[in-house]
Amino acid sequence: MTANGFLQIACFFLIILALTKPLGGYMLRVFSGEWVFLSPLMRPIEKLFYRLAGVDEKAEQDWKNYGISMLVFSLVGFITLYILQRAQLFLPLNPQGMDNVAPDLAFNTSISFISNTNWQNYGGESTMSYLTQMAGLTVHNFLSAATGIALAIALCRGFARNVSKTIGNFWVDMTRCTLYILLPVSFIIALLLVWQGIPQNLGAYVDATTLEGAKQTLAQGPVASQIAIKMFGTNGGGFFNANAAHPYENPTALSNLVQMVLIFAIAAALTNVFGRMVGNPLQGWALFGAMSVLFLAGTLVVYAAESAGNPAFAALGVDQSASVLQTGGNMEGKEARFGIANSALFAAITTDASCGAVNGMHDSFTPLGGMIPLINMELGEIVFGGVGSGLYGMLLFAIVAMFVAGLMVGRTPEYVGKKLESYEVKMTMLAILILPFSMLGFTALALLMPAGLAGISNNGPHGFSEILYAYTSTTANNGSAFAGLNGNTFFYNLTLGFAMLLGRFAMIVPMLAVAGSLAMKKSVPPSSGTFPTDNGLFVALLVGVIAIVGGLTFFPALALGPIVEHTLMQAGTLF
Amino acid sequence: MQQHLRASCVFIFGMTLVTGLAYPLAITGLAQLLFPYQANGSLIERQGRVIGSALIGQSFTSDSYFHSRPSATTTADPNDATKTVPLPYNAANSSGSNLGPTNQSLVDRVKADTDTLHTERTDIRVPIDLVTTSGSGLDPHITPAAAAFQVPRIAKARQLPESTVTGLVTNYTQGRFLGFIGEPVVNVLKLNLALDDLTK
Repeated sequence: MTANGFLQIACFFLIILALTKPLGGYMLRVFSGEWVFLSPLMRPIEKLFYRLAGVDEKAEQDWKNYGISMLVFSLVGFITLYILQRAQLFLPLNPQGMDNVAPDLAFNTSISFISNTNWQNYGGESTMSYLTQMAGLTVHNFLSAATGIALAIALCRGFARNVSKTIGNFWVDMTRCTLYILLPVSFIIALLLVWQGIPQNLGAYVDATTLEGAKQTLAQGPVASQIAIKMFGTNGGGFFNANAAHPYENPTALSNLVQMVLIFAIAAALTNVFGRMVGNPLQGWALFGAMSVLFLAGTLVVYAAESAGNPAFAALGVDQSASVLQTGGNMEGKEARFGIANSALFAAITTDASCGAVNGMHDSFTPLGGMIPLINMELGEIVFGGVGSGLYGMLLFAIVAMFVAGLMVGRTPEYVGKKLESYEVKMTMLAILILPFSMLGFTALALLMPAGLAGISNNGPHGFSEILYAYTSTTANNGSAFAGLNGNTFFYNLTLGFAMLLGRFAMIVPMLAVAGSLAMKKSVPPSSGTFPTDNGLFVALLVGVIAIVGGLTFFPALALGPIVEHTLMQAGTLF
Repeated sequence: MQQHLRASCVFIFGMTLVTGLAYPLAITGLAQLLFPYQANGSLIERQGRVIGSALIGQSFTSDSYFHSRPSATTTADPNDATKTVPLPYNAANSSGSNLGPTNQSLVDRVKADTDTLHTERTDIRVPIDLVTTSGSGLDPHITPAAAAFQVPRIAKARQLPESTVTGLVTNYTQGRFLGFIGEPVVNVLKLNLALDDLTK
C-alpha cells in the first residue's frame, strides 16, 4: 500500500461526493417532469413515443400496474433480444460472419441483459455481431438501467406521498430517464472515451504483422458507444471478453477513472433525490454516509490483500514489493497501467454497484481480495449499488433497521414520516430473503451435480468459491465472475439464467408492493418519540444491521471458500 | 393487458432505433471525423503495412527486443475445435489465466518463468509483472522495473552501451496522469520500434 494509492482512492471518492448533489438535483427535475435544458431537443421525441404507445403521460399507475408494465416490457425485451442473437448470421453488420448464438447461450444472455446483470458466458469479440452488440446489447444497457432507476423513483414516491393510490407512470419514468439522463451523458462520455483510445468503427477485424513477423488479428467494433452506457447504467457487460481489462475497452488511467466515476454517479445521486423527495436532504446524506462507510472499508481490505501479494512466490526470487519502479503486489490477472490500487478500487466499486465490469480478473485475486467482492454482492449491492436497485435495496435495509430499532424500544417504527407495519416488514423480508435463497440454494445444487462440478477450473476451496461467486453475482444482477468457471454449458446457462430472474424480478415485486402500501399511508410529522434517521446514530444502526444480516447469512459459505483458502495459502498449501 | 403489450412493443422498437442505431451510428460518425486514429484502433503502420496497435501488446521472444508480460490468451485447436491451444497476445480472443492464488500450475508457471529470467541475470529479483499474465492477455505495457531488468540483455544483443538503452527506456516511460493517477508504464511495442530506429 502506498501513499499514492490512498490518494487515488480519496480522489475518486471526492469526485463522487462532489457529483451527488448537482446530479441529484437534475434527476429530480427530470422525474418531476420539469422543463430542463434538454427539453427543446428531447420533448418532441418523448411525446412521439407516448402517442405511438397510447400512453397518457398524465395518468399515473398504482403499484400493480406499474409492476405489470415493467414486467411485460422486460418480457418483450427478452424475446426480441433472443431472436436477434439467434438470427445474427442472416442480418447486416456482421463483418466477421459470427454464427447464430446457440439457444441456451442466447437464453442466458437475454436474461442477463434485460435484468441489468450482464453476466457473460461468451466472449464478445468471438461471438456477437456488431448489430447484436449495438441494436441488442447496447439497447438493453439503456433500458434495464432506466427500468431500475424508474423503480427506485417509484419507491421514493411511496415514502414521499401522502395518501396516494399511485406511484407514478412506468413508461414516463423509463422514457424520461433514458432520453434526459442516460443518453446525453453517454453521448459525451463515448466521445471522450474514443479520444482516450477506445475504437468506434464498423470495420472488419484488422490483420497486423507484428515486429517479429507473427500474424495478429485485432478485434474492432463500435466499442466506445457501448462502454459509456455499460458503466453509467451499471451494466458491466464487456464488448470484449476481457471487459475493462482490455486495452481497447479501458486504455488509460483517465479512461479508468472516468469509468469508475460513471459506475457510482447515478446511484450516489439517487440518495440525494430520495432526500429531497422526502423533504429532508439529510435523509439522503445519511444513506450516502452508510454506503460510504461500507465502501471505504471494503476497498481498503481489497487493497491491503492485493498489495500483500502471493506468499507462494516469495521463495522463487520474485520481487512483489512496491517501489517507484513498480506497483508490486499480486499482479496475476492485473494490467500494468492500473497496478494494484486501481485494480483493487475497481473491484470494490464494480461489486458495490451492480456493475460487474472488471479491470482485473477476480478469479486470480488473493482469497481475501476476492472475498470482499463476494460480500459486496451478497449484501445485495446496496453500497451505492446498481442504478436504482442500490437505492431500493438500501431502503429495504433501512426499513429492517427501523423495525429492529422499534422492537428495542417497543414503538411502531417510522421511517421518513411513514409508519412501518407488519405488511411492509413482511414484504421487505421477502425481498431480502430472495437473495440468500437463490445464491446459496443454487450453489448447493451445483455442488451436488456432476454438471455443476464440471465447470470448476481451480481445485481446492477456490473451486467452491468459483461456483459461489457465479450464483452470487447472477442473483445480485452483478455480472462479474470468477471467470475460470466454464459457464457456457447447458446446466450453467439455465441455472444462472434462473438465478438472474429471481434476483431481479422476485425482489422487485415485493419492493413495489412496499412502495404502493407506503404511498397509501398518511405522512406523520416527526414527534419527540420519533427515532431520527438523518444522523450518525442511524448510520451506525444501518451499517450494523446490514453487517449482522449479511454476516449471519453468508459467513458459513465464506468460511468454506475464501476464508479457508486464505489460511491454507498462508500455510503454503497448493492445489 | 393489451395496452401494456402495445406500449412495450412500441418502446422496445422505438428505443432500439434511438439507442441501438441512431446513438452508436452518430458516435461512429463523429468519432471518425474527430478522432480517426483512435476510432480505428490506434494502428501503427510501417512501410504501408499494419504492424500492430499502440494499445495492444505483442509477443516478443528475440533477445534484442524488450519482452512483454506473459499472456494467457488461446485459440481454437486446429486439430480439435472443441479444445484450445495457447496463442499469446491473440487480440481476437482476450482473456486472463483465471488461475487462483493457490493453484499449483500458477506457481509452477511463475517458477519456470522466473528461473528462465534468472539465466539472464541473478543480481536482482524478477519484477512481478514480468512473470504474471495480465487480465486481458493483451497488456501493451510493462513496469519501468520490468524494463530495467531487461536492459543488460538488450544492450548485449544490440551491442549498445547500457546507458543508451536505459536512456531510451526513460524516454518511453509514461508517467501518471496529472502526476498521481494510474501507474508509470512503458509501452513495449513503441519502445522496441524506437530500438529498431536507433540501430537502423
